[in-house]
Amino acid sequence: MSDIPLSATREHSQPRLLSLLWQDKFAFVAALFLLLLTCCALFGPWLLGDAAVAMNLRLRNSPPLVLPPVEQGWLYVLGGDALGRPILARIVVASQNTLAIAAAVVPLALLLGGALGLLAGYAGGWISVLILRLADILMSFPSLLLAVVVLYVFEPRVANLILVLALTRMPVYIRTTRSEVLEIRERIFVDAARALGAGGLRIVHKHIAPLVFSTLITIATLDFAFVMLAESALSFLGIGIQPPEITWGLMVAQGRNYLNTAWWLAFFPGLMIMLTTLSLNLLSSWLRIVTDPAQRWRLESDHD
Amino acid sequence: MTEALLEVQDLYVEFRSGGGTVRAVNGVSFSLARGETLAVLGESGSGKSVTAAAIMDIIDSPPGFIRGGRILYAGRDLLTLPRRARRRINGVDIGMVFQDALIALNPVYSVGWQISEVLRAHQRASRRMARAAAIHLLERVGIAAAANRVDDYPHQFSGGQRQRVMIAMALALKPAILIADEPTTALDVTVQAQIMDLLSELQNETAMGLLLITHDLGVVADAADRVAVMYAGRVVEAAPVRQIFQHPAHPYTLGLLHSLPRSDRKGDKLNPIRGAPPDLARIPPGCPFHPRCDFALERCRSELPVLRDSGPEHRVACHRSEEILHVSR
Repeated sequence: MSDIPLSATREHSQPRLLSLLWQDKFAFVAALFLLLLTCCALFGPWLLGDAAVAMNLRLRNSPPLVLPPVEQGWLYVLGGDALGRPILARIVVASQNTLAIAAAVVPLALLLGGALGLLAGYAGGWISVLILRLADILMSFPSLLLAVVVLYVFEPRVANLILVLALTRMPVYIRTTRSEVLEIRERIFVDAARALGAGGLRIVHKHIAPLVFSTLITIATLDFAFVMLAESALSFLGIGIQPPEITWGLMVAQGRNYLNTAWWLAFFPGLMIMLTTLSLNLLSSWLRIVTDPAQRWRLESDHD
Repeated sequence: MTEALLEVQDLYVEFRSGGGTVRAVNGVSFSLARGETLAVLGESGSGKSVTAAAIMDIIDSPPGFIRGGRILYAGRDLLTLPRRARRRINGVDIGMVFQDALIALNPVYSVGWQISEVLRAHQRASRRMARAAAIHLLERVGIAAAANRVDDYPHQFSGGQRQRVMIAMALALKPAILIADEPTTALDVTVQAQIMDLLSELQNETAMGLLLITHDLGVVADAADRVAVMYAGRVVEAAPVRQIFQHPAHPYTLGLLHSLPRSDRKGDKLNPIRGAPPDLARIPPGCPFHPRCDFALERCRSELPVLRDSGPEHRVACHRSEEILHVSR
C-alpha cells in the first residue's frame, strides 16, 4: 500500500470553498451582503437602538438622499419616518427581529416537513396517507387565517409566531420531499445499497436525504422571503410583532399609509426584504452547484 | 458433486398490478457450489434478474411477492429469516454487481466513500481504516493510481472503471457468493473481456461462487462452468457449459445457438427465434415456448413439461428433448 496523506482532501477544502465563491461574482456579492446583514442583526440594536426610537418631529417624513445631509445627520440618509425617526437606523435595528424570526421559522419548517416527507415517501402505506392528509389540511386552510386564530387564542408571543409560521410552511416541504423520495428510492443505487446490506434507516439517512436536501435548501431560500412577508402581514394585523419592537414587514405595513406622500417609508424596508431574498437565492444556487459533484467544474477555473 | 452453497428451490415470484398478475418467476430451481460459475441465461423478461433480486431481498413489495419456494444459503432458508438477518447476509455473504454501474453508484458520493460505506454498514471500522481498505480494494480491481482516484466521483470514471468500482464494492467484505447481473452488458466488447477476466481472477483467488446473469452467449461460453437457461420464469435446461453448446436438448437453447451470427457463414441471414417472449401476465398453457417452437406437438399445447434428467448433469424441460438432442448431435 502506498503512503498517502489520508486527510489531504479535507485540509484544503476550506480555502477551496472560498476560491469557488470568488469564481461566482454574484454569489460573492450576495455572501458579502448577507454577512453585512448578519452584523447588523447582531450589533445593530446595540449600536443604533436609541437612535432608532429617537423622534425628531421637525424631520417627519423627511425625504431621503437630501444634499448636503450634514444638517440632519447621516442616519437620515434614507429619510425619516412618520414620527421623524431615522429610517436607516430603524432598518438596521429591525434586521434583528426580522432575520431572527425567518431564521427560526425556515429551518424549523424544513426539518419538520423534511422529516415527515421522508417518512411518508419511504414508509408508504397508511403513514404516508396520514401525513399527506395532514399536509392537505394545512394547505387548504388559509395560512394567514390559521395564524390569526392561533395567535388570538394564544398570546401573540414571538415563540408562538415562529411555531405557527413554521406549521403553515410545512406542507411545501412535506410534499416536495415525499415526491423526491418516491423518485430516488426507485433508483438503482438504492437497490445496490440494500443488496450490500444497508438497512432502511441507513439508506434514508445516507442515500436519500442528501439528495433531497439540495432541493429543500432552494425552497427554503425562497421561503425566507415568504416568511418575512407573512410575519409583516401578521404584524400589520396587530397580532405579530408588537410595537415598539420593529421588523421590516412592520415598517412596510406602517409606511403603506404614506405611499402617496412619502414612498421611502415603505420602499427601503421592502427593498431590504427583496435584496435579502435575492442574495439568499444567488447563494443557494451557488451552493447547489458546489455540492453537486457533476456540476462543480462550472466554478472551477483553469488557473485554479 | 460438491455441496451447494446457494440453492434456489422451486421459487415463485409474481408482481401484482392493476392490469393483472405478472408471473415473473415460476418454479425456478438451481444450485451453486463454492468456486463454481453458474450462468443464468435468458432473454429480457425471462425472470433471471428477478430471481437475483429475490435472493438479495430487493424486490419492492408491493407490487412484488415471493409466492413460494426456498432460497437456501449454507443450509438456511433466506426467505424465512427476518429482515435484519438478511441484511447481515447481504454484502457479507452474498455480494451483487449491477448491470449499469453509473446508475448503481450514488452520484453525490466519491467512490471511496461508497466502498467504505459498505464496510461501515457491517463493521465498526474507523473512517481512516475504511478509506485505506477502499484504496486497497480499488487497487485490487485494477484502478490505476487508486490513492488519487479514491476521492473521485462516479461520473469521473469510464464505464469499465465504474464496473470495477462496483465489483470492489461488492467484494469489500469478501462474500462467498457474487451475483453479477449482466455485469458487462453496458460495456463495449474489449472492456467486457477485461471485466470478465477480472471476475474470474478474483473468483480463483477467493473460491467464491459466481452467479452470472446474462443474455450474452459469448460471456457464457467464456466464463461459465454450468448454464441454466431460463424461459418465461422457468429453468428449461441446465447443463455443463460444453453440453449446452454442443448438445442442447431444448428447442429454445437450440434456437439461441442458431441465432448467433457466425463468422464462418458470412453473408447468411441471421436465424432469430421467431415470435416474441410471452406476456408474463398471460403465459400460454402447456409448454410456454410452444408458440415459438418448431418442434411443438399437440401435447406441448396442453401439458407443461417438467425438468427431468436427460443425461449426466443435464436436465431439460421438453417433451421432445431426446429427438432434439439427436438433431443437435
